[in-house]
This record gives sequence, C-alpha cells and structure tokens, in this order.
Amino acid sequence: MKILNILLSAFRALQRNKMRSFLTMLGIIIGVSAVIAMLAIGQGAEYSVKAQIASLGTNVLMVYPGAQQQAGVRTAAGSATTLTEDDALAIAKECPTVQYISPGSMAGGQVIAGNLNWSTGIQGVGTDYLEIRQWPVEYGEFFTDQDVKAAAKVCILGKTVADNLFPESSPVDQTVRIRSVPFKVVGVLTKKGQNAMGQDQDDVILAPYTTVIRRLSHWPNLRFILVSATSLKDISVAQTQISDLLRMRHKIQPYDSDDFTIRNQTDLAATATATTDILTILLASIASVSLLVGGIGIMNIMLVSVTERTREIGIRMSIGARSRDILTQFLIEALVLSLLGGITGIILGVIGSSVISSIAKWPTIVTAFSIILSFGFSIAIGIFFGFYPARKAALLNPIDALRYE
Amino acid sequence: MIADVYNAPISANGTLIQIDHLTKIYQLGEVDVHALRGVSVSVSKGEFVAIMGASGSGKSTFMNILGCLDKPTKGSYVLEGIDVGKLSRDELAAIRNKKIGFVFQGFNLLSRTSALENVELPLFYGPTSNKVRKAKAIEAIERVGLGDRIHHYPNQLSGGQQQRVAIARALVNDPSIILADEPTGNLDSRTSVEVLGIFQELNDNGITVILVTHEPDIATFAKRHIVFRDGKIKTDRINSNPKIASEAIKEMPMIDDEEEETI
Repeated sequence: MKILNILLSAFRALQRNKMRSFLTMLGIIIGVSAVIAMLAIGQGAEYSVKAQIASLGTNVLMVYPGAQQQAGVRTAAGSATTLTEDDALAIAKECPTVQYISPGSMAGGQVIAGNLNWSTGIQGVGTDYLEIRQWPVEYGEFFTDQDVKAAAKVCILGKTVADNLFPESSPVDQTVRIRSVPFKVVGVLTKKGQNAMGQDQDDVILAPYTTVIRRLSHWPNLRFILVSATSLKDISVAQTQISDLLRMRHKIQPYDSDDFTIRNQTDLAATATATTDILTILLASIASVSLLVGGIGIMNIMLVSVTERTREIGIRMSIGARSRDILTQFLIEALVLSLLGGITGIILGVIGSSVISSIAKWPTIVTAFSIILSFGFSIAIGIFFGFYPARKAALLNPIDALRYE
Repeated sequence: MIADVYNAPISANGTLIQIDHLTKIYQLGEVDVHALRGVSVSVSKGEFVAIMGASGSGKSTFMNILGCLDKPTKGSYVLEGIDVGKLSRDELAAIRNKKIGFVFQGFNLLSRTSALENVELPLFYGPTSNKVRKAKAIEAIERVGLGDRIHHYPNQLSGGQQQRVAIARALVNDPSIILADEPTGNLDSRTSVEVLGIFQELNDNGITVILVTHEPDIATFAKRHIVFRDGKIKTDRINSNPKIASEAIKEMPMIDDEEEETI
C-alpha cells in the first residue's frame, strides 16, 4: 500500500473520532510543550549565569597564595605570604602566553567624602587590571604606571561607591579619605552589576597596589595576581607555565605541594554551568514524565481502536492485506497522533516560554536543539507506544477477525 | 514465491482447484474437533459450484481453507498449480489478493468509505499503480451495474447495492475464483435472485464461482452441487438444468422493488 494512501486513511480514521483523537494528542501536546518550556527556562538560566561569568573576563587566571603549613597545622588558603611583587614581575617576563598581569593587594575600611561615608573594599591593582577585567572607565581616567611606581594616593571609584559618596556632584578630582589617608579620585568605572555569586562588583575602590600595601594594608606581600592569557585556548598552557615558574621561584621540591593556588574562570564557569545543567535536566525530566504519560495514552487509544476495528482488519486481510500492511497502517495512525501532538506542543511550548519570560521576568531561551529533541521524542513515542497495538492488529487471525462482532 | 502468485500459469487441463484428502482438526482444549475428515474434490475453470450442508457439516471450514484464510491439518490443496498448504502467512495474503474474490453474507464493506474506495482496496495491496487502480475499480463497479453510485457510502446504499459493491470488489483484481459465503443471506428473495443473476453473468464470462449456501432454492441456480455432512462430502452431482436468474426474476412480484431505490 502506498504511503500517501496510508497517511490519508490514517487521517480519516482519526477524524472519525475527533474528540478522542484530540484528547489523545493532548497528552503529547502537554508533554512536549512542558519539555520545551522547561528546557527554555533551564537554558535561560544557564545563559544568564554564563553571561555573568563572562563579565569577569573570560581568559583570566587568578593566582592566590596557598595555605600555610607550619608543623602540620594548616591555616586558611591565602594566609601564606608567599606571593611577591617579584613573582608577578617574573610571570610577566617569562610566561609568553600571559598577555596582561596585575598584582593585587586588598584592604577594607570606611571611606569618607565630605559629610558622607561608605564602607567598602579597596583593591590594590596594577594598570593592566581594567584590561584583564574588560572594564571601561566611565569618566575621568585610570591611574598610570607612574602612579603605581610612586605609590601615589590616587584611586578610581566603582559605580556604587561613587553614587553613595557623591550623589550629586562629579567625584573626579575630589578627595576621599580611606582610613584617614586622603586619596585623589581620578575616575569612575562603568557599572558592571552583580557577579555570579550575587555580589555587587561595583562596590569597590581601585588604587595602585603599591599604595594599598604601603598606606593601608601594611601587608608586604600580594594577596593575588590576576593574569589574562593571550587567548582562551592558551589558558591551560599559561596555567602550567605560571605553576612551573612559581614552583621554581619558591624552590618547591617535586614531592611537595604548591604554596599557591591558580584558579581560572573557565573552571568557575564550568561549575556554574554544571549547576544550571542539573537544573535543566531536572526540569526536563519532570516534563518528560508527562510526555511518557501521553505516550501511554496513545497506546491505550490505539488498543481500543484495534479492538473496535477488528472486523475492518479481517476484511482487509481477506482481500489480501499482509501483516505488515496492517502493522504499517496502525503504526502510521499512532505516529500521526504523536506527530500532530508534537508539533502543536512545540508551538505551544514556544509561546508558553515567551509568556513566562514576559510575566515572570525569567530569561528563557528556546533552542533549535530543544525543538529537534522534542520532535524526535514525539516520533519515538509514536513508534514505541504504537508498535504494540499495531502488532496486535497485524497478528490477528483473519478468520477470527472477520467473524468478530 | 509471492512473485509466482501473480504470474502462475493456469494448468493445461483446465483444473483450477485440486483437493486431496483434506483434513482439518481444531483443538478446543483437550478435545479434538474433526471439522473435515478427508475431503477430495477438483474444480475446473468456469464452473459454478454450490456448496451445501447444515451448520456443523464442515462447509464453512472448507470455505475458509478454499479461501486461503485457514490452513488444512492434513491433505493437499493445489490452486492453479500452487500448493497452498505450504505457503507462509504473507504468501497466503498475496493469493487472497490476486486469485480469490470474497463475497460475504454481511457484505463486509468498510463503512464511511465510498463504493469506489471500497472496490479500490484490494488493488492497494497489490502492485497496481494509482492510475490503473481507479480505472479498474470504476470498470468493476460498472460491471455490476452501479456506475452511477461510485461515490456513495455504504450507508447510502441498499442491501442489494452493497452486495453488488462487494462483488465489484471481489472482481476488481481479476481473480481465478469468486468465493461467496451465503451472499444472499441478508437479502430479500427478489434481490437475492438479482445478485445470483450477477454471479451467473460473471460465470457465463468464464469466471469460476463457488457459492456456499444452506438454502436449496439458491443452490438451484448453480451448475454443480456439493453437499457436506459430518466433515465429508455426501453427494457431488451436476445440476444439469440450473435455473436462470434473468428468467426467474420475471416471474417474481414487484412489491419490494421500491425499497431498493431508497437512499
């Protein structure tokens, strides 16, 4: 029997019981649209997390001093005083895959400007810092190498700090007092928003690291070194080069562990992506259950249909239909049901996702992958759940089928 | 084997059906039911046979085997040189499709499917192209005198008309035999004779017709009577003077004629 004729007769058979066909399809419609919407929500979440992580700078490595170990007692990571300015200079000089490098020191404290004050973190950084973070200056300018060398008392404000200390006037060329040390404001950074952990990245003051070490923290060594690799794929090479260099400089024996830690953004991104992936998979599996239930609905109705049409099957067999003709006929009917349901479900799922986006303000992304996946899924469900009833029909004994009342 | 079904030569001596020592045993639980106990018969091309017998005589079982719907337990059935007993399920389906045209008591048309589509149906399961199929179906419907009803649905046709559509469906693939199982059982006497007239006309054109009936009246239109009893052939004789349907109908009253025209 020709495929077009089978399709036509399948449509006709389904039309005979419009309500029943529709209700059967509804199971698939709900399942598919749920899968599409859930994947869209999951992928929306993944996208926004990735975007936030990318805002830190993509090919960035962070070098931290390691945990200190004295007589077997290990203190917190970062407490060791092993990372020095010379280390940073050596990395810049000897690692070819390192493009930008910024030594870093930290201090915290109360910042006063006129009659306003604000408590924030002060980061001491190098002049490459903004290149690494891909963070433009909104107005004013960044401090210079000269400022770093001279440990000049200059600083640049994050947007949040600027808004709180200078709500009405421009902070540029004004003076702020950080822990009683006067700093001249040279610029304000653009707004960067929250990071992946939900911290406000704009609540910060940047100053030359030399100044922070000498005037504020009184801690001689570096708290971190921020490095950017020449490209994304050089990150692991850069990481190895820095690690080897630091081990050599710190005279670490091959069997001893590092006294520093190198973290990269891709690792962080991978962790965050893994989390949202789990969310996506979880949501999609819950939705798949309803798709499965829809499939069982198809099987149920096809079994009813085979029983109802036993006589028709008998007639078809008596005039020469082979088992496989009958099998194809019922399989195609199940497939038409699941495909129509699948296509409707995809349309509803896409519409539903954009409704969720606009009402719940939750980012949703419908990908071609999720559409192909659910389309494929509905075909698979049609075949899987249609096969048993179709086979049952195909294996009927022609005489019994003909005599069936 | 399936390809052979469509091209098998008809045996030279004109024997269409050769049945030897056919036995059919049904197993109902522990009990063996002997439906056929060694039946031997041969039918030549162009015969018009009536198979008669009371219910339980084995005639329905015989009919099912003849129609390749069932397989014998023992014995052989050769149809146009093909040993049907050795065929697989699908090969039997091909035989039914090409060589046998069924006409049933209850018409067995597909409902909500037009007369034309019902008649086309056997051709779907064969190698016929779409174009040829429609032409052949229309030709078969015209042959049973329903050329003006090809797009009617079974529920828009009278019993006699439905049976004629069923005959057209049986004819459409140019079968070797037409097997009619109580074809007049659901029809009034006048329509019955009309339907028998169609069978006689087809038979006059060389088509072999095998008719199963329990009504002696109906059997009088056939040229040969085979009577079954207890799973065996009791009598097998030639009806030298069969009734002619076209003449018989002239002697019948016209009372029920209006009903047939009702749509």
